[in-house]
Order: sequence, then C-alpha cells, then structure tokens
Amino acid sequence: MNNNLQQQHDRTMVRVQQGLVRRYRQEKRFQRIGLGAIVLGLVFVSFLFISIIANGYTAFQQTYVKLDINFDPELIAPVGETDPEVLSKANYGGLVKKTMREMFPDVSSRREKKVLYGLVSTGASYQLRDMVMQDPALIGTRQSVWVPADDDVDMLIKGHIDLNVPESDRRIKNNQMVWIQSLQAEDRIEKRFNTTFFTAGDSREPELSGIKGAVHGSFFTLMICLLISFPVGVAAAVYLEEFAPKNRWTDIIEVNINNLAAVPSIVFGLLGLAVFINFFGLPRSVPLVGGLVLALMTLPTIIIASRAALKSVPPSIREAALGVGASPMQTITHHVLPLAMPGMLTGTIIGMAQALGETAPLLMIGMVAFIVDIPGGPFDPSAVLPVQIYLWADSPERAFVERTSAAIMVLLAFLISMNLLAVWLRKKFERRW
Amino acid sequence: MEELVNESGVVAKPLNPEAATEVDMQASYEQHGSGTVGEIYVNDPRMTCRNVNVYYGEKQAIFDVNLDIGKNQVISMIGPSGCGKSTFLRCLNRMNDTIDVCRVTGQIKMDDQDIYDDGLDVVPLRASVGMVFQKPNPFPKSIYDNIAYGPRIHGLSDNARHLDEIVESSLTRAGLWEEVKDRMDQPGTGLSGGQQQRLCIARAIAVSPEVILMDEPCSALDPIATAKIEELIDELRENYTIAIVTHSMQQAARVSQRTAYFHLGKLIEVGETDQIFTNPRHKLTEDYITGRFG
Amino acid sequence: MHSSTLIIVLLGFMTLAYYMGRKRSLNLVSGRVRDLHSLPSYYGIHTALWCGVPALILFVLWISFEGAVVTGMVVDNLPQEIQELPPERLNLVLNDIRNLAQGDIVSQAVDETMQGAADHYSSLLRISDMALFVVALSVAILGGLFAQRSINRHQRARNRVEKAINFFLVSSSSLAIFTTIGIVLSVLFESIRFFQQIPVTEFIFGLEWSPQTAIRADQVGSSGVFGAIPLFAGTFLITLIAMFVAVPIGLMSAIYMAEYAGKRFRALAKPVLEVLAGIPTVVYGFFAALTVAPFFRDMGTSLGLSVSSESALAAGVVMGIMIIPFVSSLSDDVINAVPQAMRDGSYGLGATRSETIRQVIIPAALPGIVGGVLLAVSRAIGETMIVVMAAGLSANLTANPLEAVTTVTVQIVTLLVGDQEFDSAKTLAAFALALVLFTITLALNMIALHIVRKYREQYE
Repeated sequence: MNNNLQQQHDRTMVRVQQGLVRRYRQEKRFQRIGLGAIVLGLVFVSFLFISIIANGYTAFQQTYVKLDINFDPELIAPVGETDPEVLSKANYGGLVKKTMREMFPDVSSRREKKVLYGLVSTGASYQLRDMVMQDPALIGTRQSVWVPADDDVDMLIKGHIDLNVPESDRRIKNNQMVWIQSLQAEDRIEKRFNTTFFTAGDSREPELSGIKGAVHGSFFTLMICLLISFPVGVAAAVYLEEFAPKNRWTDIIEVNINNLAAVPSIVFGLLGLAVFINFFGLPRSVPLVGGLVLALMTLPTIIIASRAALKSVPPSIREAALGVGASPMQTITHHVLPLAMPGMLTGTIIGMAQALGETAPLLMIGMVAFIVDIPGGPFDPSAVLPVQIYLWADSPERAFVERTSAAIMVLLAFLISMNLLAVWLRKKFERRW
Repeated sequence: MEELVNESGVVAKPLNPEAATEVDMQASYEQHGSGTVGEIYVNDPRMTCRNVNVYYGEKQAIFDVNLDIGKNQVISMIGPSGCGKSTFLRCLNRMNDTIDVCRVTGQIKMDDQDIYDDGLDVVPLRASVGMVFQKPNPFPKSIYDNIAYGPRIHGLSDNARHLDEIVESSLTRAGLWEEVKDRMDQPGTGLSGGQQQRLCIARAIAVSPEVILMDEPCSALDPIATAKIEELIDELRENYTIAIVTHSMQQAARVSQRTAYFHLGKLIEVGETDQIFTNPRHKLTEDYITGRFG
Repeated sequence: MHSSTLIIVLLGFMTLAYYMGRKRSLNLVSGRVRDLHSLPSYYGIHTALWCGVPALILFVLWISFEGAVVTGMVVDNLPQEIQELPPERLNLVLNDIRNLAQGDIVSQAVDETMQGAADHYSSLLRISDMALFVVALSVAILGGLFAQRSINRHQRARNRVEKAINFFLVSSSSLAIFTTIGIVLSVLFESIRFFQQIPVTEFIFGLEWSPQTAIRADQVGSSGVFGAIPLFAGTFLITLIAMFVAVPIGLMSAIYMAEYAGKRFRALAKPVLEVLAGIPTVVYGFFAALTVAPFFRDMGTSLGLSVSSESALAAGVVMGIMIIPFVSSLSDDVINAVPQAMRDGSYGLGATRSETIRQVIIPAALPGIVGGVLLAVSRAIGETMIVVMAAGLSANLTANPLEAVTTVTVQIVTLLVGDQEFDSAKTLAAFALALVLFTITLALNMIALHIVRKYREQYE
C-alpha cells in the first residue's frame, strides 16, 4: 500500500516536473497580458493628454499686427470731442482700412482690398474705439497700435496652414502671403500672450473669443448645484444612516438612489426640460436651471459618499453622547457630523467635479445658445465650459480647434485641482478608528 | 511499515528518542540555541527544520525553531492562540510566500532538499506537501471539479477515465465517496461543513502528496464531523506524513504520535504525545495542558 | 437681482429673529436657563424658522408660478386673432414678446400690439416682483413675531426644532423618489402623446428613421418616419465595440493590479488610470472626432478600406477607453472580495498564480464581474457626448463598424437642441427614445446591482 503510494507520488512528481516549463510559460504570458493591459491604459491616458496639449498650447498665444494708426479727426470726431455717444459711433473700421491701404498702396482692386482688410481681426476697430473712448486726446495723433490678426493669419504664423496645398484649397491665398511676408520683414507681426482668451466671452471670430463667459457660467451653475445638493445630500444621508427605520419605504429609497446614480445624464436633462422649463416656465440657458438639473444628478453621488462617511464614525461615539443625555439630533449635529464632515466634503467635491464636466443634460435645457455677454448672475443666460468646448469643437475654423483644446486644458486644470483637493482633504482628515 | 528506510539518508544526526537524557537535551539545546525541551530529532524524518525564524515586517513571529517531522506519523502542534504554530506550519510548504511582508530564515529540508533554496520551485513542493485549511474552502465549482482541479493543473491524468479514477480514489480515501458519488456535478459549497472539509482533504490527496499539513482542520466543525475527520487522519497516517495544528489538546492526544508545544513563537517542548500529556518536562507545557492558560 | 436681494434680506431677518427669540426666552426666566424647557438657542432657532421658512416657501412658489401666471395674463390681453392661433404659433409670439421686453432681438417686425404686450409683460413682472417683496417680508415679520410671542418657559422648543429638522431630513431623502417619479412622468406623458401619433409597433419595429416632418404640406424630402431599429442597432454596435475595448483591458488591468503589481507600481499606475474616469465626456468626444476618427480613416485608407470619418469604430473605441477605469475598479472590488481562503486553497495544491486566477478567482468572481460589465453596458448605452461628437446622424442599419451609425442619445440631442415646436412628432419622438433609454438602463442597473449585491452577500 505504502509502496504503491510512494510510486504514485514519484510518478506525480515526474509529471509535475514535465509540465513546469509549459506552465511557467503560460504564467509569464498571462502576466504580460495583464501588464500590457495596464500599459495600454497608460498609453491611452498619455496619448489623450499629448493630443490635447499639442493641439492646444498654441492658443495661449495670439498673433498681433502692428498698425501705425492715424487717428484722423475726419473719420472719428473733431479734436477735443469727449461726448462718449459721439465717440462710440465713429467709423473705427474705416480707420483700420485706411491704415491698411496706406501700408499697401499697390492694392487697388475692390476684391483685393477686401482680402487685405481681412488680414486683421474685426476686433481691431473695437480696440481702437476703446482706446479713443478712454483717452479722447488721441484724436489727431498718430500711434503704433498692436491689433489682433485675423485667425487665418494667426494659423499661418503658428504653422497650422500647409503651404503645399493648392491655393484654391487654402485659407491664406498667395497675395496674402506676400503681404504677410512684407509685414514680417518690417517686424510688424508678433506673437503675444493671448489675454483675450481669458477675458472675453464667446465670439464668432476665433481671435476675439474667450472662455470668461463660460467660466462664469460654470461657476454660477456649480454654486446653485452646490447650494442645493450639499445640504439635501447630507440631510438625506443622515436620515437614511441614522434615523430611518428599516422598512420597505427606506428600502425603496435605497434602491432608488443606487439606480439614480446610474441613470444616463441626458435623462436628467429631459427631466429639467419637462419640469423646470416647460412646467414651471423658468427661462432657458440660465445657470439656475442648469444648477438644479446638475444638483439632481449629483445627489446620489453625494448621498452615497456621505453615508459611507457616516458609517465610518464608530458607534461608540454615538453611545457616548447618548449616554450623557444628548438627544439623537444633538448627538448627530454635535458629534457625528463633525467627524463625518471631511468624508462628506470629499464626496461633494467629487460630485461637483462630475457636475463641472457634464454636458449632455445642459444641452437639453438650452445651454447651447451662442452667448457673447459675460453672465453677471445665475439668472443671466450663459454657457458653461464643457458646452463651450462642444460648441467650439463643432466650429469649422482651424483656430477654434486650438481654442477648444485650450479650453479643455483649462477645464481639466479645474477638475484636477478639485480632485487633488479631495485627495488632500481625505489624507489630512483620515482617521483610523 | 514504519521501518521503511529513507533511501536518501538523514542529514541531521539522528538521536534515539529512548536514549535522550537530560544532558543530551541540554546539548541539543545549546547546539541550536533554541531552548526546546524534548526530542527534536527522529530516526526517519520526512522534513527537518533548523533554526527557523519568521518575521512579519519588523516583527518576529517564530524564534529559532528546530524540529523533525517523522515519516508516516502525525505530529500535532499545540499552543495558545498567537503562538506561531500556524505560521510555522505554513512555512513547511512555503504558503507564507503569498504574504508580502513575511520573511523566513533558517533551513527547512524535505527529503534532503532545502525547500527555501533559491532554485527550488514551489509548484512541485506544494504538490508534494498538501495543505488543508482552518475553514473548509472548496472552490465554487462542482464536487468533481474540486477534486480534479489539482490533477488537471499538474497534468496528472492521461485521459478522462484516468481522471475519474483519481477523483474516485481520492474521495474514497477521504471517506466521502459513498456520500457524494451520486451528485458529483453539484457545487462543493453545497456540502455540509464536515463534508466540505473532507472534500478539501480529498482535494489535497488527489495530487498524491507525501506530507499533508492541516491547519486547525476541525475548528469550524461540529463534534460529529470532527470525529469523522479525526478518524480519517488516523487512516491517512498509514500512507502520509501529517502535521496538524490544533487548539484542542484532546484532539492532539487522540490523533498524533508526537506533539510540539509552541509558546510566543518559540518551540518549548516536543516529544511523544503520551509523554507530553502525562509527563510534560517544561513548566510552560505543564501549565498549558493543565489548563492554567490558553 | 431682485430675488437675491430678497433672500439676503430674509436671511437678515432670520438672524434678527434668532436673537429676539433667544433674548425673550432668557428674559422670561430672568437668565435662569435651568427654568426653561429647552436651551435658549432652541427658542432662537424656533423663532428664526417661523420667520424664514414660510416666507421662503412663498418665495419659491411665487417664482415657480410667476412666469405661467404673467404669461396667461398677457395672453388674455392679446387681440382675439392672436389668442386663437395654434399653440406652437402662439408660443412663438410669446417668445417674441418676452424677448422684446428684455430688449433682445425678435424674429418678426415689431408692431403696435406686440410693443403693447411687451410693455404689459414687463410692467406685470415689475408689479409681481414688488408684490413678492412686500408679501414675503410681511410673512416673515408676522411669522417671527408670532413665534416670539408664543415663547413661554414650558414651550418644548427643542422638540419642535428637532421635528422641523427631521421633516427636512425625511423630505431630502424622499427627493430621490420624487426625481425618479419626475423622470418617469415627464418622459412617459410626452411618449404617450407621441404614440398617439405614431403607432408603437412602427416605432419599435420600423426599419427606417427619418424624423424630419413636413411643416408645410408642399415640402418634399421630409417623410417623418419613426422606425427606431436603426438607432437601437447603432447603439448596440457602438456599445459592443466599447465593451470589446473596455472589458479585456479593464479586467486584465484590475487582475494585474490586484494579483501581481507591487505596492509602488500600484500606487503609481492606479491613480493615472483613474484619471481616465475623471475626464469629462465632451473631452473624449473631441478626442474621438479630432484624433481617433481621422487616425482610423487614414489607417483604413492605407489598408484599402473605406472608413467613414464618423465611423462607429472611432466612437466605440473612445467610449471603451472611457469605460476602462469603470470596469477595472468594479472588477478590482469583486476580485478583492474573493476570500483569501480560495487563493490559499489553490496555491496549497501547487497552482501557479495565473492558474489560480483563471480557474479559481475569475470563476468565483464571475457574478460580480458580470454585474460590473452590465453596469458598464448601461453606461455605454446612455453615454451621449462622445457619440454626439464622433458618431454620425445618418440612421444606417448596418453591422459594419467602419460605417457611420447613429444612436438613441444622438437622436435625442439632435431632436431637442435648437428650434423646436413642442408638440410635433419630431420633438415628442425624443421623449419616446428617452423612455426606451431610461427603461433599458434602469433594467440593466437593477439586474446588475442585484447580482453584485447577491455576490457580496455570498462572501460576507
């Protein structure tokens, strides 16, 4: 018997040894596949970031053209005029055109002139107007002024226009090339930091467009969202975790919250459209409605995170407070809530980050409108950052591609700092019981 | 059958248990610095452990243990909880490797092969040193697949019929065949606790190991199931070398020939089971078996 | 502007009420707090609540119904012939009146009646605002005074305050239910109206989707066919592609993280992978449209294949990338939930790691993984921005991933963004699609959460 088994064992060992090479090869292969999956994921991350940054970093600079503007009293207003009404209505566009004509006296045909004027942005005339309005003494003087170049010129200077393409398919024609080269020869073309991008609202002209309006819109939307979802989320979590009796009703609420967390965001947009806009008649495109919709959407996230935070407070704390005669409500507000607050805040920040990046539901409630003005409050029509990105991504101009990428970089910077804040908060207040 | 000679010979100087005197013990004590009282060595060891230390990170869990495990006998390891007996057991088939922070020093040999040798492969080692755990842990598969798992991964069967034979003989040897032969395709997790544990023993037997390690195999079972397992261990002794960790002194007394008493990571005393329970030589052993602590 | 001022004033009143209530309670017992039933601050809070809450409720109700009431009053004053216009035309007129009142651009020439209505509209709004201001503040003052008067030393202020807080807690937690009900109702009603115009069978089994309905009878090329099969097929195709990317990569990286990776590697790689989960979908959409789709098209061209620039492949792959961290973190959870005893059992028999993973851990974790994958599927189905930006609008019924397809969410967005008449079949179709979307994702979530919960219970 024993001998028999010993033989069997020896046979086993022989077999095991025989199989080892194959099995370790399998093991290696499996491990490599796993590592490959992670590396692939990391490659995706880096590819995404590289693609966005490579496309977008140039948007932080803008090409400017130096024009020697003669603030001709004939075209603006007599010297000494200070009435803003008069000054604002003067023909500044003509001023720019005249300067351009003077710089390139050879250009004569109507069509060519129009192309020539197109080298500088239409924003140049607004810039001149603002200068004159601020300092009427400029009238009658000659000044060197840097004005933004048109987006096509900007793209050419940044090297985004392929000159090997036949002229007919090119945004910059050959004659424009000649003018631009002569401007460059005179050092009249320069790339500068693009402040407009941070100080302007949306515009049809890429070189005049900026994200300030969208950033403000996002801020107001998030504020409304936070004001609603944080107190309500914490209250719901406190109730479910601390007071709710175990019955069917709370069961239903629980299942409901878990399901809501996975409902597609666009459905929340439809809810907002049907309830807030069509039923209550709230205006479209305003941060108030956007914030309400996003609040409903982020509530489950906040409730789930807050409940986890409450769960992590040990029962001994509650027993201690109840033991000295505090009411359940006092126990919660004095002892449990302060201890659970860091966890709740972390969950809230993550929920807010989610809300900040959300686009689809806002499309449903009309936040896709083209809005130039910078909103002053939650009742003003406005865009938000992700929607601005969506709108720009849809625009055909090449210059909007880089602005889209740049706006994405700004959005990601906000999101990353919010997430870092959440991580820091968790690290700082993490408590082990 | 006990007198079967180990062809490979024994490394450590064999020390006849009968001839052991106080002086000899003192000698072995000093030789290894382990402080163990009793007969560390046996004539025909399957496994020999020398100066084994185990660390979990900074913390040392096992201090300088020297112990032989004799062929075809049952050695039981007893001691208060946290004394390191399970940790020591898990060193014998390198299960501690799965814990990142765990570090083992010293020498453990099985039939002359150092199992902590760098070149040694744990796969064949674990195939020849099987293990049964505290809580029955059948895989969430059918009864058949549970038993067939080991033979399959090691490629032990030539064909389906051969595999059937291995499964049947393993289950038979574990005394489970009659109970489960009609429901081989039902999940192993559906069996009762005692049956599950015998299934796990059968699973270990299926790869025909030489040594079976049992880590408190009955602690999760009721008395009747425990009795069955003990009976089984007694039968298995004929063919396998068994090391069993138990917290029940009665169980150690019933199933084992030798008993090792661990205390705070040190092997305090080892000897014939009868002698340990009737005439312990060390004060700590005596206190423990008389129930003063533990 | 007005509203925020009102809120700030109300908050000021509440603070004032708090101090008054507190002071009165202290005066009643001449400073001997022990004689009071509750602490003085509870009397303060009680008074403040009486002061603020009714006024705030009034405020919210007022704001909610102000628009409807004012519009109704304006409509009543419009000439008969305008009032009798069909609802969608009337809406256009009303929109113009509103825009005119706000000084925005209007769609048609401004005539006398319009201007008059606009003036009426803005004057009504002004009156309403003033009225709200006065009424809300009076309610606040009355409420505060009433509560302050009623204070006596036996009043159970603490219990009352706690009751109020409890009420707030209960209603907060019920909000989730109301949200769900709101979603169901808002989607269901419009869908029913849609199905009154288009038979359900045509919607569910129709093979052609072309929602452009003719506004005028003589228009051509706009058939208004609402067969949703191409949309379902497109959604399914893109979801399938996404799963082909996300499940293997997500699962394998979770396995590697859980079973192989060293501590330092995990600490580094895990957060980087999780970055993928925090990136807004609109960014993925841009990435898909700008980088991935042209890449696939060029690659297809070099292989001699014609790949649409809005191919299902590009959208699906990018969606898959988005879902990787979702799959991987859910798998990570379930893999870690497999008890160590299972691993020990397998290692104890001499199995290698990969054998243990493939033959013990994955089978044991399978229900959990399946649940996670179902959740991921529901996510992919409901994902909007990537497909809006990278998938097409043309409702092709095809299984070829290189062609353009459209999805349910894309159509919802296209039908509802921009100018819309609220009663046309075209707009209502979006709600019918949303109903389908909601039902399917809800069912998937329910099943998935159930499976995952059962799985967790098994090992607890």
